[in-house]
Amino acid sequence: MIRWALWLLGGLLLGGIVHLGSVLLLPRTATQDAYTRLAPFTPANTIVPVPAPTPDDAALPFMDPAFATAACRYDLAKGAMKLRVPVSQAYTSVSFYSRNGIAYYAINDRAAGRRVIELDLMTTQQRAELPDDEEVTAADRLIVESPTATGLILIRAFSPEPGLMTMARRALASAQCRPQS
Amino acid sequence: MRLLLGFLFAFAVAAAFGLGLTQFALTRGTAFGAITIGAWTAWPKTGTADIDPYARAGIARTGELPVGSGDGVAFFTSSDEAGRTLDGRCTVTLSGTTPPARFWTITLYDLDGRLVANAANRFGFTSQEIARRADGSFEIVLSPRARPGNWLPTGGIDRYVVVLRLYDTPVGVATRTAKDAPMPAVTAGGCA
Repeated sequence: MIRWALWLLGGLLLGGIVHLGSVLLLPRTATQDAYTRLAPFTPANTIVPVPAPTPDDAALPFMDPAFATAACRYDLAKGAMKLRVPVSQAYTSVSFYSRNGIAYYAINDRAAGRRVIELDLMTTQQRAELPDDEEVTAADRLIVESPTATGLILIRAFSPEPGLMTMARRALASAQCRPQS
Repeated sequence: MRLLLGFLFAFAVAAAFGLGLTQFALTRGTAFGAITIGAWTAWPKTGTADIDPYARAGIARTGELPVGSGDGVAFFTSSDEAGRTLDGRCTVTLSGTTPPARFWTITLYDLDGRLVANAANRFGFTSQEIARRADGSFEIVLSPRARPGNWLPTGGIDRYVVVLRLYDTPVGVATRTAKDAPMPAVTAGGCA
């Protein structure tokens, strides 16, 4: 009897390790994460409008229906990216997500303080390789470092009431996301 | 032979216990970094690079993209203050005021994060659509049948989640109490 109790105890301890391991490994094995869901209709390094969520169909779960959304699925393998988003009348935000969906940076129109949100996106390594003088002259340039080589940028414009949704969508249409150089 | 049986038993226990615990933690949500105010709970750290491993696994599993902390914060509830589960066949009232924010939205979802289907095609309100009392407070009624005033249709589904998102707000990781963030009261009422 004691022997089985010990086996059980051992099993529970091992179970704790299995639990921690599965939690840590799950993000790498997920087949339904946001990046995978958006990939079929978002060519890399360009801005694509994300269809508004409906009860039957939504690109992602828990999308806010009061926003017009556009996505840029980026790949920094060939170099840094440039993002240019003219702000809409109501509210515009730009959120950066890593390959695994971690929101590592987000900025809104007020924080950007201009009519146009302009950002450079690069990996930590690409930033380190920037010539020193260039970094000095570009002091007013906002640089965002991506923790992963691929990821998602979500650009969202607020529509205070349903009638203003077309306007919010139009505001996003002029946003740009393209490779630098 | 007994050794082998013992190992098999221990491995079976480990797999069932470990994976069961993972499943439980991911579907129930964890308390790491959670702010609970009244019936509402928010996980502001989930919108930052400091996200905890459980929330990371959670978003990878559901495909959700959390609201970034530079953008806003989302408060969730699926039960009222007394802990009663929100039922789409019953009446639920949200009343009071919201924390300081440039604006907010309130949206109904089913448990998988889909919008709640209804004949009025109304899935939520923004702060600019709400009719308020003279003192700025408001009341929103969630019910299957139309109501005068601020009415959100529940479509008669049995369980749902209400999400209140504050945008451009000081509420976040540093927020602790209802004094910093007065959330609307959630009260479950009678059933149709």
